[in-house]
Amino acid sequence: MLPSNLKADQFERYPAEARKLVRNYIGALQKLPLSFVPSLLREVIDYDFKFPAERTAVEKELANLGSLSAEQTQTWFRAFADIELSPKLERLDWINAPAQFVEQLSAHLWTTHQLDRFRQAATEYADRLHAAVPADPPPVPRMGIAIIGQGVTAPDEPLFRKLRPHGAYFSHVKPENGLKILLDSVAARAKAHPVPYGHWYVDGGEEAAYDSAVTCISYGALEPVRNAVLRKMRAEVDKPGMGPEALRTLLAQATPAGLGLRAAKDPILDRFQVKLLTEGSGTQIFSTTFAQWTAREALRRAQPLTLLVRFAPRQRQKPMNELLSESSDRPELDPVGSLVDADMGAYYNWLNQQRLPSAEQSSFLAWFENHGEAIAIGPSMPRGTESTSVADLRELLSWMT
Amino acid sequence: MTSLLPPSIASGLSRRSTRGDCSPQELSRQFARTRRDFLRTSAGLALGSTLFGSRAFADSLVKKRKVVVITFGGGARDQETFAPEGQENIPHLMRELIPQSAFFTQVVNRGILGHYVATASLATGVYETINNFASLPPEHPTIFEYFRKDLKRPSTDAWVVAPSNGFNRIGESSHRSYGPGLGAGVILPKHLLTAAISGGRSDYEHLLRDNYETPLYAPELGGREFELLQLERILKLSIDDFKAHARTLSSPDELSVYIVRQLMRQVAPSLLWITMHDIDVAHAGAYSLYVEGIRRTDRLCAEVWKTIQSEPEYAGKTTLFILPDFGRDSDDDSGGNGFQHHRTGDALSRTTWMMALGAGVREGVVFDRAMESTDLVPTIGSMLDFSASFAQGKPAPELL
Repeated sequence: MLPSNLKADQFERYPAEARKLVRNYIGALQKLPLSFVPSLLREVIDYDFKFPAERTAVEKELANLGSLSAEQTQTWFRAFADIELSPKLERLDWINAPAQFVEQLSAHLWTTHQLDRFRQAATEYADRLHAAVPADPPPVPRMGIAIIGQGVTAPDEPLFRKLRPHGAYFSHVKPENGLKILLDSVAARAKAHPVPYGHWYVDGGEEAAYDSAVTCISYGALEPVRNAVLRKMRAEVDKPGMGPEALRTLLAQATPAGLGLRAAKDPILDRFQVKLLTEGSGTQIFSTTFAQWTAREALRRAQPLTLLVRFAPRQRQKPMNELLSESSDRPELDPVGSLVDADMGAYYNWLNQQRLPSAEQSSFLAWFENHGEAIAIGPSMPRGTESTSVADLRELLSWMT
Repeated sequence: MTSLLPPSIASGLSRRSTRGDCSPQELSRQFARTRRDFLRTSAGLALGSTLFGSRAFADSLVKKRKVVVITFGGGARDQETFAPEGQENIPHLMRELIPQSAFFTQVVNRGILGHYVATASLATGVYETINNFASLPPEHPTIFEYFRKDLKRPSTDAWVVAPSNGFNRIGESSHRSYGPGLGAGVILPKHLLTAAISGGRSDYEHLLRDNYETPLYAPELGGREFELLQLERILKLSIDDFKAHARTLSSPDELSVYIVRQLMRQVAPSLLWITMHDIDVAHAGAYSLYVEGIRRTDRLCAEVWKTIQSEPEYAGKTTLFILPDFGRDSDDDSGGNGFQHHRTGDALSRTTWMMALGAGVREGVVFDRAMESTDLVPTIGSMLDFSASFAQGKPAPELL
């Protein structure tokens, strides 16, 4: 089946809001090539469970597609239309299973050496869309915070080497009450700029006390869900033919209820958390990976105004089979290795924050927990500088914003 | 820095590499130039040209010539290896091996970036399209089949040692003109160890680990008896000695190199292929483990080179090739997650390097013309005097 044959009643199985949304744009979708439409439908089908920023983006993208003339549509999608697909792909149920189609399409592009052409088509489309529908600036400049090095007395190597060229490095920060100061600053921003899913606290261990205006996700609180995912993985890995791709497809079908998230206090956040554990590699076994991936996904999807990520020591590396096993024993930790992971993770958090609109106004602070080292990045912080000034974290934050 | 792509194409498929508006080819050239500059500064290499050619290799020695190939496993990026900030992770390559080598800065892999299928492509000289996670042989003849059929070599003269369970079919293709009976022997050290310990795994689990991107299930080649036969008849190792030594090792790649040494001493194959894989722990997202894997692989490459120089069957007549199967994703690509994966197909993940050292190779030169990873097999074919007739690549004149 091709998009030109699309009809409104084919979206009956979509969740209510997604169904309503997509039915307004059937005409526009009919004009688009099959190499593109399922990627869009993959976003639409999850519309009911998306963060506000994502909803707005999907709505704007559809509205833009609906506004294109026939000639413009042809220009925008010529490169996608040139991608050669197989009859097998055309036969897939890409309306109701767009994510599975996209996986198959990805394999097809690699196998037929069309990946570069697709990348080029996607890049051109993205550039046109950004020009036609510019992103709204955030109501307040974004602020990112990374806390690293929990449990480490002294690092083996200098910290923040990748971040230092972008900001001011402080070597005499007063560490007293550091965590509380930073969490209080997140809470203050959440109260001053109350935006749904706008202010986040991610903890790679057990979360500290935080304000209810803040969205919180922690590795510790998700232990029962992680164990449920690990049980599922364990049950599958020894089956003949099972590989990472098949496992990923299988895990993608997991639901919050199926993994024990029954309270459904917040279906959007529940879905997000399940995706972290079913779509992320290593998030189930290493807390440092979990914290970095959660930050990446939160920034990419929710586009928060404030994001504080506190890394915690991960378990020591063990054979994969053992890591995938549920254990009642407390795992042996690797604080020094975790500091290296978190240092890189902080750099990735900053990179991902800088991909969001109005990046030039954003600021970012990384702090070695309970120690005197920090790096502050922001429009008012001189790049590539070092300071031996004695200051507490409250003062650093005030200088940055 | 790249901005986010629109949701419709943001994840899974479309990956945006935005180092300016450069084409992938231009990016590959940039990576190569940077790599060359690092090497000229740090390792004192001279810029070479195809006019340099290789050192003369007497015809009488061609028949005795041996080739060892190491895939620098799992793929590593320049910033953790050849860039100034990464050189601390590869001291052995930088100080010992590169000064003795001909170094190619721009080896582009245009195929599928999965470890099994990419290694199969390296071994056939054709961009294979087999399922990366299935237990399937390459579709085109492998280097081992060309070598054995053309030069009439016995099965004991070509071996593969591969730490990943999924590589059990890499030794011979399904090609009807070659295939069964003409390939290389394949040793999967983890299978050997599993057979040898037969039960009590607790002391050895660290040597048996696989990672996220390897097939999670691999059928046995021939059961425990087959593995133990390899151990005793080919490697001349008693089960007890093997177990005792394995207990002193720290990773699957260390176990592989132990097996390689034993193979070189006992069988001395003329064509030996080693795939390293420790670096691919990166898929679990822990940067420290990824860097640790690079450091270990660096050390193990130097150990193999030392063994080549010290074993009488190899010293003075062996050419060693070291090359990654491919790289890893760039930090600049919003579609990836940096070092963790190799899924974007961006220029950084496709552009790698190769070093050749030892017999017949001019030392201390760097070549930055573009070549492809499929050129390896025809190059070795020209060195050993067999014809890689189905390979897509071309021999590297700098090594002939």
